[in-house]
Amino acid sequence: MKTKEITHDESYYHNLTRNLIVKMIIASFTPLILITFITSYKYNNAYKEKVIAHIQELVEKHKQNIDTFLKEKLANVLFLTRTCNISHFDNEALLQEKLDLLKKVYGSFFVDIGLVNSQGVQVDYAGPFKLGSVNYSQAEWFKEAMAKEYYISDVFLGIRGLPHFIIAIQKTSENKKWIVRTTIDFVLFNELVKNIRIGKTGRAFIINRKGELQTKLQTNQPNAEIIKKYILSRKISADGVQVFEGNFSSDKKSIYLVSTLNNGKWFLVFQQNERDAFSDLYQTRNLGIIIFFLGSCSIFVMALILSRKMVKQIKESDQEKEMMNEQIIEAGKLASLGELAAGIAHEINNPVAIMVEEAGWMGDILEEEEFTESENLKEYRRALKQIKTQGIRCKEITHKLLSFARKIDSRIQDVQLNTIIDEVVGLSEKRTRYGNVKMILDLSPNLPTVHVSPSEMQQVFLNLINNAVDAIDAKKGGKITITTRIENDRIVADIADTGSGIAQANLQRIFDPFFTTKAVGKGTGLGLSICYGIIKKIGGEISVNSAVGKGTVFHIRVPITSGNTENQGGINGDNDSFS
Amino acid sequence: MATTILLVDDEEGFVQTMAKRLVKREMNVFKAYDGQEALDTLSKNTTIDVVVLDVKMPGMDGVETLKAIKRDYPLAEVIMLTGHATVESAIDGMKMGAFDYLMKPCDIEQLLTKISEAKRKKLQQEEKIIDAQMREITSRQSWD
Repeated sequence: MKTKEITHDESYYHNLTRNLIVKMIIASFTPLILITFITSYKYNNAYKEKVIAHIQELVEKHKQNIDTFLKEKLANVLFLTRTCNISHFDNEALLQEKLDLLKKVYGSFFVDIGLVNSQGVQVDYAGPFKLGSVNYSQAEWFKEAMAKEYYISDVFLGIRGLPHFIIAIQKTSENKKWIVRTTIDFVLFNELVKNIRIGKTGRAFIINRKGELQTKLQTNQPNAEIIKKYILSRKISADGVQVFEGNFSSDKKSIYLVSTLNNGKWFLVFQQNERDAFSDLYQTRNLGIIIFFLGSCSIFVMALILSRKMVKQIKESDQEKEMMNEQIIEAGKLASLGELAAGIAHEINNPVAIMVEEAGWMGDILEEEEFTESENLKEYRRALKQIKTQGIRCKEITHKLLSFARKIDSRIQDVQLNTIIDEVVGLSEKRTRYGNVKMILDLSPNLPTVHVSPSEMQQVFLNLINNAVDAIDAKKGGKITITTRIENDRIVADIADTGSGIAQANLQRIFDPFFTTKAVGKGTGLGLSICYGIIKKIGGEISVNSAVGKGTVFHIRVPITSGNTENQGGINGDNDSFS
Repeated sequence: MATTILLVDDEEGFVQTMAKRLVKREMNVFKAYDGQEALDTLSKNTTIDVVVLDVKMPGMDGVETLKAIKRDYPLAEVIMLTGHATVESAIDGMKMGAFDYLMKPCDIEQLLTKISEAKRKKLQQEEKIIDAQMREITSRQSWD
């Protein structure tokens, strides 16, 4: 009997619980984390791309608008300049007329118009400011304008002290260079850019290559350093939009979209706080985090509860197993004790027999005449009688010991199953009669022999018949039918009774050792498990069908082939004494 | 006529004391300490009526010896002596023609009773044989 120590202390179960919890958490967390992070990452990217693409489109559209606006204004003035002789500008009234015309035809963007000669002196002027003959020779725009055919200046305050920018057209007349200068209304121009507003923080502005703002900003100024560092250093293609993000604004992370304007002289910058731009995304992310957190909590709780529960069950089953093992060990101990007792009893029998015989012999001698006179004759006789009595007592003790541990012959032979059944039925005749049970034998004749231990098979049938008799109520009576037949290469013996039957719940456990439905002290629960062991050992099968109230049928299948000689002596008959 | 006994047991002390006690009760006693010796003694002494045979012996055991005895000397009656553990063998022995069995240590009175019963059976058997022989002889005469 192989038994394993399975006593575990509290720390083992603590460890088990901890391991279970850790494993459960890892097993549930891994997919949760993977799914959460992969999907949020993908979603994040896709969403950002979408938002940025949207802004990009907007920025591109505005860039086109602004570019178109600038070109248009330039074209307006250019057209005006080209179509008119310089003499048309050399007159304040005429100039005013032209300005009115410009305003009327092309909108009120044009603030004033002036004619500047090659020395930078404004010859003529029409507009709201009384600028008169100002000298622009030192103004930057003038220098630039003199070098080119036309020029659009950056925004500057100028002499008037208001932000504005200038469109200057060079005109050559009678070998003299003139410059026609128009001022564009900064406030109206600003409106173009101001319209690009997205969300709460999205804003657009224009800067020149020096990083100077070309439009007015209501809110805080962009960080000049960052603009220099990130925007001006970049090479931005004429029609592309550059996208980048960073902690550029003093406080929060922002996204920037930059495109060129005015033939690369200006940059249209769109800036939006990232948190604002991706507010939907962040909301979703927060939701995700909340769900993740709640999920984690429930995983923790479940892992904790489940592990505790499982370990508790394991602990209980361990204890059960331990108890069972103890019982088995106990049974094994009893069995080996029985064997030992049998050996001792048998060995003691011989010397006791000799002692008794010697005492007898002495008694015989005492009968002879020469001793009859002896005064102690009585005492001798008494002593010898005592020896004899004690010898008999010894015999009784050894015989009791031997019947307690009667060795069953487990030698395997080729036997007729029918013979064994006949014998066993004969043996249990008395019991069946008292139990008001009728025995019906339906044994198929001429069965081939089976290779089994006859005494073990006797044990099997005797156990089954005893159980069947027990199942039948003696008052009502009943019958036990034993049939044998050949089925393929096996002999099948059915032991059917009309007894109380076995409850469905017990049916699976009846072959378990120590399982019994009999009253305490009446059954050990070993009978059927021994039967099971014996039948399994010889390569057979034992199965049961039962219906409560109708009866039970045990089927025993024993192989006919007599080649199965291995596995001998696994279960030995000594267990019988406990069944 | 005194009964002739053959005592067979590997326990010398038992055989000797038992022999003395039987002799004292006016029996002829032969002793053998194993199965083979028992067969040898039987072959030399055809007058042996009852064999008291221990079941458990080293070498040729009681059952085997019994088989041999019943084969060669079918008229000799055999009483098996057994420890409790070998009752099965004793039962086997009786199936093979042993007269009865006794459990060790045995009461001398019981043994004597069994011996006398065995002796009686043997005598009856012999008488029957003699009768049969006589009948055979007489019938042979009439047939001729």
